[in-house]
Amino acid sequence: MRALLIILFLLPMPGFAAGMGYDDARHLLSRTGFAPTESEIQEYATLTRAAAVDRLLAGVHTEARTPLPESALEFVPRERLRKLKNASEEQRKAFLREQIEKSLELRAWWYREMLETDSPLTEKMTLFWHNHFVSSQQKVKSPVLMARQNQLLRRHALGNFGELLHAVAKDPAMVVYLDNVSNKKSSPNENFAREVMELFTLGEGQYSEQDIKEAARAFTGWSLDRKTGEYRFYRMLHDSGEKTVLGRRGKFNGDDVLDVLLAQPATAEFVTGKLWREFISPDADATEVKRLASVFRDSRYNTRALMRALLTSESFFAPQNRAVLIKSPVELVVGTLRLFEIHPADLRPVALAARNLGQDVFGPPNVKGWPGGEAWINSATLLGRRQLLARLFRAEEMPVASDDDMAGRGGKRPQRMAMRMQPDYLFNGPHWFSQFGAKGSAARQQVTRLVLATAPQETPPASSDNLSFLSALVLDPVYQLK
Amino acid sequence: MLRRDFLRLIGAGALIPWNAQLAFAAAPAADYRRPLVLVELKGGNDGLNSVIPYADATYYRLRPRLGIARDQVVQLDAATGLHPSLKPLWPLWQSQELAIVQGVGYPKPNLSHFRSIEIWDTASDSDDYLEQGWLSQVFGRNPPPRPFAADGVVVGSSELGPLAGGSTRAIALANTEQFLRQAKQMEASGGQSRNPALAHLLKVEGDIRQAASGLKSGYSFRTDFPKNAFGNNIKTAAQVVAANAGVAVIKLSHNGFDTHSNQLNVHARLLTELAEGLAAFKSTMQELNRWDTTLVMTYAEFGRRPQENGSGGTDHGTANAHFVLGGRVQGGLYGERPALTQLEGGNLRHAVDFRQLYATAAERWWGLPARSLFGGMFAPLEIVRV
Repeated sequence: MRALLIILFLLPMPGFAAGMGYDDARHLLSRTGFAPTESEIQEYATLTRAAAVDRLLAGVHTEARTPLPESALEFVPRERLRKLKNASEEQRKAFLREQIEKSLELRAWWYREMLETDSPLTEKMTLFWHNHFVSSQQKVKSPVLMARQNQLLRRHALGNFGELLHAVAKDPAMVVYLDNVSNKKSSPNENFAREVMELFTLGEGQYSEQDIKEAARAFTGWSLDRKTGEYRFYRMLHDSGEKTVLGRRGKFNGDDVLDVLLAQPATAEFVTGKLWREFISPDADATEVKRLASVFRDSRYNTRALMRALLTSESFFAPQNRAVLIKSPVELVVGTLRLFEIHPADLRPVALAARNLGQDVFGPPNVKGWPGGEAWINSATLLGRRQLLARLFRAEEMPVASDDDMAGRGGKRPQRMAMRMQPDYLFNGPHWFSQFGAKGSAARQQVTRLVLATAPQETPPASSDNLSFLSALVLDPVYQLK
Repeated sequence: MLRRDFLRLIGAGALIPWNAQLAFAAAPAADYRRPLVLVELKGGNDGLNSVIPYADATYYRLRPRLGIARDQVVQLDAATGLHPSLKPLWPLWQSQELAIVQGVGYPKPNLSHFRSIEIWDTASDSDDYLEQGWLSQVFGRNPPPRPFAADGVVVGSSELGPLAGGSTRAIALANTEQFLRQAKQMEASGGQSRNPALAHLLKVEGDIRQAASGLKSGYSFRTDFPKNAFGNNIKTAAQVVAANAGVAVIKLSHNGFDTHSNQLNVHARLLTELAEGLAAFKSTMQELNRWDTTLVMTYAEFGRRPQENGSGGTDHGTANAHFVLGGRVQGGLYGERPALTQLEGGNLRHAVDFRQLYATAAERWWGLPARSLFGGMFAPLEIVRV
């Protein structure tokens, strides 16, 4: 009888004992989203790992729910930029100010989506592709084209990588960013051809300089209509001759070259390795990457299939891979706002804060994107992160963006404006703490488990009040980890 | 013993204020009291339009739109001249404190920004991958004195580049006042971790604490600083030297040199900012009486292609011209004039390996045995007067 009882206890109970539990749920939701809330974790804790991943993947969107700002809708032809050369100093300044405002509104739009979405994974993947198929407003100089690219990345975020690659190559922001706009038969520009191999598909060392020269010819004439800002193919500027790329020979156009690149096994491995480093750990396991990459290839580059395999893998949940990734500035600021249920009306200060910490969305530093990992943390950015967090838990005005930005990024004016913090950035401590019910050490343990990915470096003293306790937790170096 | 342990032992929070005597007593064989100032021209400066072979007809043939006319060039000798925007460097040239090294590069050049700057930053061969920056390699063998505020300070960028990796104590900051204000509020957690990400966070906390205990701000220079991003960086670098707290390397960045299209105006502006900034830096070092103990060196991932492209710009190239400045520099032209008729794949062949510049800094400037560095194959240049 007694033995039977024990057996009954050991049997997994349907829908309950089969759940992955709090820590697994927290891990999954932190890595696939921003910082999850207590209720989100509790909800996922009852699911199995596979069921949880399926639910995350089923919840993915192809469009943002937040409507784009008006200023991101109307395309301004580059002619207007060119005319500026003849404009007065005042007109030019006014125009530039307008552009800075517009691109700041666009950033705030994306932050709103990241903060309010019911599918953080959608935004996480959109951000991943933004850091893969990099374009920057600083060169593209059109918030409209940057917004369109962002929509494109989201549409394919968990779709088909091959389709995404083809679409990105014709994306006007990309056409401008990597100079296909001036890639002509008479004088090929190699920029796109080089980066599509080095950074988008094969990875460094998998092609020759000659492959780049040949591929560049295939992309000649891939430009845009200067009036509408839409992609346009200029037959007269296209080199329709034979090209040899990676040993394949033919009268290739750009799409043919992209198919040649997709046919290379290196492409699936390169992209899988990058996703590994984003979602699992800084050091990819070569054997596992090969296995996952074959899932990717066998599914004909179905990103959802790859992500399902990756997120349900042993490695993803392995103890040694917990708390080993450093939060990006976007993850830090959006995660903190989500976790502590702060929903400000104006998110421009948040965009500026993340920029000061080294991540300016729509403006990555170069075509390789943000290097991430330990590179997020140096003396300047660590102090900046701490300052931001300290102010969040102090009941006073909180200038999110600091006046002394890393030198030379421009855009001082809206920044100063943004410095006067609105009261809605303040954290409602009593309300937030009430979700943990009972007071005392049990509640504090639960808060610690929620806020930190692993035990704090220093446990805050038990005597501290709630706010000081929380403040100590977010200032602990462990808070920077996910 | 780990540096962190040592610091705890002596109580890093209350470090003895830095002074010259202490520096002297603590200085090992390497003389790190003489700072090296590196200026990265990010994106790849067009060396051919900076140091111009104006007597070479091929130059004008390759650059019908971009070539700088002979009568615009600041002539250094009968064959070579500076871009007119570099005129602020003319006084340095005249006083023989400006060395120009032409044809700096490496075998089997890589034309990717990222890979090539990685090669420069780590002093690796073209097909070799090294983890540590070249200064971290140097410091690994010959660490700067422990009481130094930092081994290196990176101004205006958060990429540590040549100071990355190893146990190098590198501090990145936008300006000194801001750094000190923020550092004051930080209590370093201390302790160690086997989790590499956490260990990195703890190390950076410790580095901040030590730097903050040494650096000062607010030195009042008579020099006017150019009002642009590079001018701000120059000002911060001068503040770091003025603090006299022990910093072996200061690294600055000047951004925007990836001039693929319509480069004439942009490049002229970039060079003006560079030259005015460097001239201001010299002036500040003279105010501090430190010009003789400071060595300034420019670098970049590559030069640009001799043949201009169809967009009024230049694509990625290879060998490049670089500037070395300082009170102890033996001015003049070094390396080789660009051989524009002997291009390889449209690009220049190199005459001086970039690691020779590094060996020059390590051996001639700091007095380290260069034989042990970078495989020992790179002879220093005779650029520094003893």
